[in-house]
Amino acid sequence: MAVVDPLIELRGVNKHYGALHVLQDVDLTVGRGEVVVVIGPSGSGKSTLCRAMNRLERVESGEIVIDGQPLPDEGKALARLRAEVGMVFQSFNLFAHKTVLANVSLAQIKVRKRKREEADGRSRELLDRVGLAAHAEKYPAQLSGGQQQRVAIARALAMDPKALLFDEPTSALDPEMINEVLEVMQQLARDGMTMVVVTHEMGFARSAANRVVFMADGRIVEDRTPEEFFTSPRSERAKDFLSKILKH
Amino acid sequence: MDVLTDNFSLYGEGFLGTVELTVYASALALVLGFVMASFRVAPVGSFRVFGTVWVTVLRNTPLTLLFFAVMLGLPRFGLVLPFEVFAVLALGCYTSAFICEVLRSGINTVPRGQGEAARSLGMTFTQTLGAVVLPQAFRTVIPPIGSTLIALAKNSAIAGAFSVTELLGTYKTLSELGYNIVWTFVWIAVGYLIITLTISAIFHVLEKRWGVAR
Ligand SMILES: Nc1ncnc2c1ncn2[C@@H]1O[C@H](COP(=O)(O)OP(=O)(O)OP(=O)(O)O)[C@@H](O)[C@H]1O
Ligand SMILES: [Mg+2]
Repeated sequence: MAVVDPLIELRGVNKHYGALHVLQDVDLTVGRGEVVVVIGPSGSGKSTLCRAMNRLERVESGEIVIDGQPLPDEGKALARLRAEVGMVFQSFNLFAHKTVLANVSLAQIKVRKRKREEADGRSRELLDRVGLAAHAEKYPAQLSGGQQQRVAIARALAMDPKALLFDEPTSALDPEMINEVLEVMQQLARDGMTMVVVTHEMGFARSAANRVVFMADGRIVEDRTPEEFFTSPRSERAKDFLSKILKH
Repeated sequence: MDVLTDNFSLYGEGFLGTVELTVYASALALVLGFVMASFRVAPVGSFRVFGTVWVTVLRNTPLTLLFFAVMLGLPRFGLVLPFEVFAVLALGCYTSAFICEVLRSGINTVPRGQGEAARSLGMTFTQTLGAVVLPQAFRTVIPPIGSTLIALAKNSAIAGAFSVTELLGTYKTLSELGYNIVWTFVWIAVGYLIITLTISAIFHVLEKRWGVAR
């Protein structure tokens, strides 16, 4: 698909785990302001793709470019670029020894070099935006999963990232908490945040995504608009996958 | 019984010698152990190799051999220092290998996701380690670090064989003076007990203060 203003570009990306070829010549471009949902069967390489985009996972060949800059190797330059690409994990990964407020403020102080008061102010603003202003002084273990995930989103937003990556942000949640997280994500999408979302939430894909990327066996098999993908998938793999997940 | 009262200043000097060795060597071991543990989890391969070699060599060398190597070896390279300093070096380096491994196992108890979250926010390796991983590892490593430092206090007795004033070494003088060897050793043991129980108490307090479950 032609993308006008590319923010994240992957070209010919390959990665192995031992003999397993988890990413096979992956090409993907995400435009500024675009929401791309990545779906596919378990083990198809969705998480790896997501983690490669901010180099939590190193790739063997190919190029990953963020806003015109190739991802550097380890070191300060990589850290700087990572700050521009937020990540939200399936298991929240809030800092267990810090309060909710400190979770959101920490990287603002350490990376963005903001003063504590300034960072805390911004944190409270973001916590308010995700509906958790009242919980600022609590520790992560005192919150429900859905609340923890919303804090994690606030924490990522605090860096003023150019893009956000979500790896199955609702998969570890009880059903009644999924919506509160999806609503926050919907709002972000409406506000024009560039997002790459690995998810099995087809409702979210239909309503918020500009494109759906279907992965199987380490390859991108389809890359189309949600309407096209859900109504008339081209590949057998995608038809098979959709028939399985849409049955229930 | 008189052995203590008659020779209180001799015992006192030995006791203070052991305390000094323990305190300085502990400080050195903690600092070096911390640096080596950071090396062992660093993203740079050569740092990891250095840390691994440091731990492997020091942990597998008998402490007495290490004392010989430091006391007799370093002067050959023109490094002449007081015996006390050599003893602190030998004890501190030796113990740093154990501290390093304790810290590293503590680091491994912190879920991977904690470090990944920090890195994904743009924090550097040092920031991630210092602000996220080590504070959480700290809670689990307090008791084993205490044990390691108690072992250090007792290991310091080897320094006596290299004419460093310390507690165990006092027995030579006392037995030459003809005192009952049993009582001599009883009071030496009490001296060590005071030191090791003090270390236990300090770490007990630290554990109470910091080692709380989340
Ligand atoms: N650290 C690792 N070491 C070895 N193999 C791994 C590792 N991480 C992932 N894999 C393997 O790589 C393949 C792709 O994994 P990945 O986590 O990207 O899949 P996924 O599409 O996210 O699956 P899921 O829907 O189950 O999360 C899987 O077969 C997985 O077993
Ligand atoms: Mg996954």
